[in-house]
Amino acid sequence: MRTATFRIFRGDAQGGAFQDYTTQVADGMVVLDAVLQIQAESAHDLAARWNCKAGRCGSCSADINGLPKLMCMARLSDLNLDEPVTVEPMKAFARLKDLVTDVSWNFQVKKKIRKFKPRPPDAPDGTWRIAPEDIERVQEFRKCIECFLCQDVCHVLRDHHLHDRFIGPRFLLYTAALEMHPLDTEDRLEELRQALGIGLCNITKCCTRVCPEEIAITDNAIIPLKERVVDDHYDPLVKLWRKFRGRSG
Amino acid sequence: MAQYEAHEHDVLVIGAGGAGLRAAIEASSAKASVGLVCKSLLGKAHTVMAEGGIAAALANVDERDNWKVHFADTMRGGQYMNHWRMAELHAKEAPERVKELEAWGALFDRTKDGRILQRNFGGHKYPRLAHVGDRTGLEMIRTLQDHGIHQGLEVYMEFTVTALLKDGDRLVGAFAYDREKGLFHVFKARAIVLATGGIGRAYEITSNSWEYTGDGLTLAYDAGAELMDMEFVQFHPTGMIWPPSVQGILVTEGVRGEGGVLLNNLGKRFMFDDIPENYRAQTADNEEEGWRYTQGDKNARRPPELLTRDHVARCILREVREGRGSPHGGVFLDISWIKRKLPNAEEHIKKKLPSMYHQFLKLADIDITKAPMEVGPTTHYMMGGIRVDPDSQMSNVPGLFAAGECAAGLHGANRLGGNSLSDLLVFGQRAGKFAAQFAKETKVGQIRADQIDDAARRALEPFDRGAPQGGEGAYQIQHELQKMMQKLVGIVRTEKEMVQALAELEQLTQRAVQVRVEGNRAFNPGWHTALDLSSLLAVSEAVTRSALERRESRGAQFREDYPDKDDAFGKVNIVVRKEVDGTMGVRRQPLPVMAAELKQVIAEMK
Repeated sequence: MRTATFRIFRGDAQGGAFQDYTTQVADGMVVLDAVLQIQAESAHDLAARWNCKAGRCGSCSADINGLPKLMCMARLSDLNLDEPVTVEPMKAFARLKDLVTDVSWNFQVKKKIRKFKPRPPDAPDGTWRIAPEDIERVQEFRKCIECFLCQDVCHVLRDHHLHDRFIGPRFLLYTAALEMHPLDTEDRLEELRQALGIGLCNITKCCTRVCPEEIAITDNAIIPLKERVVDDHYDPLVKLWRKFRGRSG
Repeated sequence: MAQYEAHEHDVLVIGAGGAGLRAAIEASSAKASVGLVCKSLLGKAHTVMAEGGIAAALANVDERDNWKVHFADTMRGGQYMNHWRMAELHAKEAPERVKELEAWGALFDRTKDGRILQRNFGGHKYPRLAHVGDRTGLEMIRTLQDHGIHQGLEVYMEFTVTALLKDGDRLVGAFAYDREKGLFHVFKARAIVLATGGIGRAYEITSNSWEYTGDGLTLAYDAGAELMDMEFVQFHPTGMIWPPSVQGILVTEGVRGEGGVLLNNLGKRFMFDDIPENYRAQTADNEEEGWRYTQGDKNARRPPELLTRDHVARCILREVREGRGSPHGGVFLDISWIKRKLPNAEEHIKKKLPSMYHQFLKLADIDITKAPMEVGPTTHYMMGGIRVDPDSQMSNVPGLFAAGECAAGLHGANRLGGNSLSDLLVFGQRAGKFAAQFAKETKVGQIRADQIDDAARRALEPFDRGAPQGGEGAYQIQHELQKMMQKLVGIVRTEKEMVQALAELEQLTQRAVQVRVEGNRAFNPGWHTALDLSSLLAVSEAVTRSALERRESRGAQFREDYPDKDDAFGKVNIVVRKEVDGTMGVRRQPLPVMAAELKQVIAEMK
């Protein structure tokens, strides 16, 4: 059986350094397997978040060889194991310890976005009728596992640290899922323009490229939202027209 | 004196999966102040992994469905070991709970006429599972989470509760540490809801994440609550088995619901070989009829792949043991064959089972639209748990409630797929409602300082076991425990092996109290693993003792030394509790007497 070396960041908010750990690797292993193996063998207090180990919960985000990925979906067979594999925490958030970052800002941001507000039920039994073709777009958005990798690569957050003026791709997607929900009647366009900072996104599509769920964040969510915001702000007729036609599309 | 931060709530909910979130939402809408504590970040609990759907007799796809059929299916699936009243409430209330999710923003797959679509699943007579592709759990937890955050809940993420605090018989609070800094917290509460999920980490091969160490069960047990049906551990028939690093990860029953078949290495559909008597009348006896069922033919009976999970898991084990298994010790699950039946099968599979397609392609290099998967049983679900009142979900400890996987009663000896998500909603709602009510009627209690000091001392012990050569690490003991439980108290059990298991548990317990951790208190998984060990050991003992006591085979319990059902055991649940001397007492509790009109329902549905 062969071995591989993992160069893992150890440290906290005050500072830290990379440390090399060599461990055995087997067929089919992912980076998370190696990290957990190292934790059990030689670094019992190595901090890392994980849960489902199947790309479904979005807990184990990290930068692997400089690329933001889920550790549980990063196959060792896709990496060059002749060189040490670098594993470090996400960069858009403050470091807590080792691979763990402070992502609490994301949870605060979500709370600021006005919640789902459905139209009155369509049927006397309190249920709605929604055509199968009307759910596809929003279902795509709702696949999001909140791994925050899109936030991690967004230069507005990662490089410019505008966390107080911009909600980031994850929450633009979240707002798009609400705005385009076939039942929703709330209007979030003005706050998107102002408090939520949609104008700061200049559609470089970095978020779309790293999304493990392969959601077309920029094309399907952010650009249509931007169009709505612009129409809403500069063209009251379009606003009226959309109100009149209902909210779908 | 221990250092800690104090918090106070009317209702403290421990666990933020489906049941905990639903309970917290309900309690806060009853105007209780609610604290919600979870081991991981919000929205990461195991509910997120649920794939197939939420069972509820909405009758959107087959108008013949109603609560009575769902009730009878649940009781039959549980081999009548279920608490009938819970099964009744569950079947009656699940549709309302699903519709409520839609009102909170969940977007289920639709029927052609725009209603919530429902799919077939093992043991359910009619298509009953409301679903979103194969990521229903994600939809459910996100909907509850996004609704809950606007309800004024106080969420304590990455906190772990290590002790419940009592004043005499009365529950008065909980002791916890936070992962980030390792600091202590004391929660004063008038009522506590446990919603901590399962015990999968007691086994080597499991679909459960690191969190599922039986904490809630052990907290309740230590506080004097009774645990019931602990012998009934569900081994889901289809987990991934290759490559080794993905072993145990779930492959949804939805694959079989969409027409997937199980094959041995001779290419034979072996599930036709053994159809239990009580399911014969409703099971297809030929492949063609089974296929028609999966495609919605109301006159067809379901294929044997959709028999209950306990049975399918045992059939797979039989094929493997008799030399007809797949190369890596499982069997084949094939959905790609439907291309012989459907014109655009590839697209159909990707649309219906997107997560499975993705999971196999990325983790096992297999394109499930072209090739069969290799699957085998994986530890999935604890049917047993804290014994509760069926209506209020309160345990025998006043003020202590339990809901979801950590509570016992609904599922009996075997849970039907889809009934867990509905369980979380129905009984989460009930637990939240009754906990809030209990809190209103109860004064806040006093927490004694010595209890806090004691809890703090026990939490810090692993750091204090000085000498480097003194103790071993927690991971080693955890791995040995998992291997031992897998081998000795797994799918097939015997008295001899389980007696050996008890002896090994004793030794592991001795070693566990010597465990030493390195590093400091901030986000230290070695420390957390050490603290989780006592829960894992306690639930492992409860499983083993209960399984020893039930000298028969029924549902998920298969005893090689008692391979048949025994009527005497068909009339009792096995209950364990902590005796005054600290040992685990085991007793047989007669099943509650079923209401006459429900007996009638079961007779009609036979």
